Amino acid sequence: MSKIKGLICRECKNEYPAEAIHVCEFCFGPLEVNYDYEYIGSKISRQSITEGPKSLWRYLDLLPVSGKDVVGANSGFTPLIKANNLGKLLGLNELYIKNDAVNHPTLSFKDRVVAVALSKAKEFGYDTVACASTGNLANSVAANAAAAGLKCFVFIPGDLEAGKIIGSLIYNPTLVAVNGNYDDVNRLCTEVAGEYNWAFVNINIRPYYAEGSKTLAYETAEQLGWRSPDQVVVPVASGSLLTKIRKGFNEFLKLGLIDSADIKVNGAQAEGCSPVATAYKNNTEFIKPVKPNTIAKSIAIGNPADGYYSLKAVKESGGVFETVNDNEIVDGMKLLASTEGIFTETAGGVTIAVLKKLAENGKIKKDEVTVAYITGNGLKTQEAVEGALHKPIRIDPHLRDFEAAIKK
Amino acid sequence: MAVKVRIPTPLRKLTSQQAIVDAEGKNVAEVIDDLEKKYSGIKGRLCDDDGKIRRFVNIFVNEEDIRFLNGTETAVKEGDELSIVPAIAGG
Repeated sequence: MSKIKGLICRECKNEYPAEAIHVCEFCFGPLEVNYDYEYIGSKISRQSITEGPKSLWRYLDLLPVSGKDVVGANSGFTPLIKANNLGKLLGLNELYIKNDAVNHPTLSFKDRVVAVALSKAKEFGYDTVACASTGNLANSVAANAAAAGLKCFVFIPGDLEAGKIIGSLIYNPTLVAVNGNYDDVNRLCTEVAGEYNWAFVNINIRPYYAEGSKTLAYETAEQLGWRSPDQVVVPVASGSLLTKIRKGFNEFLKLGLIDSADIKVNGAQAEGCSPVATAYKNNTEFIKPVKPNTIAKSIAIGNPADGYYSLKAVKESGGVFETVNDNEIVDGMKLLASTEGIFTETAGGVTIAVLKKLAENGKIKKDEVTVAYITGNGLKTQEAVEGALHKPIRIDPHLRDFEAAIKK
Repeated sequence: MAVKVRIPTPLRKLTSQQAIVDAEGKNVAEVIDDLEKKYSGIKGRLCDDDGKIRRFVNIFVNEEDIRFLNGTETAVKEGDELSIVPAIAGG
């Protein structure tokens, strides 16, 4: 008996063995892990979870790795914060922030997917890992590869923020900055992946990698006291995170760990890169790729692989897609910092600004339990807010100078 | 017009493991038809029953996504490179 039956095509349901493959040979649909929920149900319980480690590995029964010798042993189980100050401002009594800006080790939700992906890569016997990244994934793959003793190649767009570049280089990977946007990097990496026998976390390891995001839903449900929220707000880049958060809640429902999963799932995009939100607003299934132009670089994916599925998830759940412009993104970052003391990156600014819009236009009601997912840390994208903050008071070291300055 | 076509790993069983193959055509649609003549079954992988490119298939002509050009009507010329790329996850 095993928790995994293999891989299955999301589109045509063709089945495959659990190998390092990601695309259906027949219809090009994405492959997903095919779990044996009956077997998992016989093992998992609220008690078995709470007795587990204080990390995402407490949900090992629902992750596609053996669990022996894992990479990223301390990732996950980040704080779920009752956001009273921000909630008061927005007129929401039951607002929570899931704060992956303090994930271990590299301060973004990518530490979850990478923990799963690199653990799987080791299981498969790879000695080299790689990724295409808008920055956060690069940081996490580089850090975890260093700790796990794996060789590492990361590919990023050429115009990333300094914090994201330094935040990869320090771990000494081979960092390849590609002249182009993330979609160019993606295309190149697919070609590279075809030629080199590496574990590309978001290409040939993708079916396993993507499952790591489900732990954001598991933790939320557990931290809310084994129940689901009424509304969630999730930033959308490739669309994988949103899709997997919904899947996570549904799995908990299926296994009887929560009583309902009737959750409106809302997608947040930046106006300068909103292919899925545009399809939502035009009421079409067809997602037209765009050339990104936004300060929210970590979610600037113009050709989102899971765009279709995230659109479907939002619609089925009764949620909405909403967009915000660059000024609103900066305001969102400042709002979260000044009310809750959390410094998020631009993607978090998108989430908070969209949350604000949804509260203001009545899409989220005041007593609905609402969770906003903060997926990255503001220290990595300082450029975005640099010109939008007040200046420090500069004085000589005399008490009279200080008093004169604060009287102004 | 002879163009080079880059074949992704999942389709290489159809091209005897060749990563790059030659094909002829004035536009992308004709190139796909020519590929089908040489490597029977490949069109069915790339296109649905109505002949439209499948949702999870990306086709690039000289590094530009054909959805930014003229779709399958995008013209190709001698020496162009066509790349077939499966959708990949975020980062």
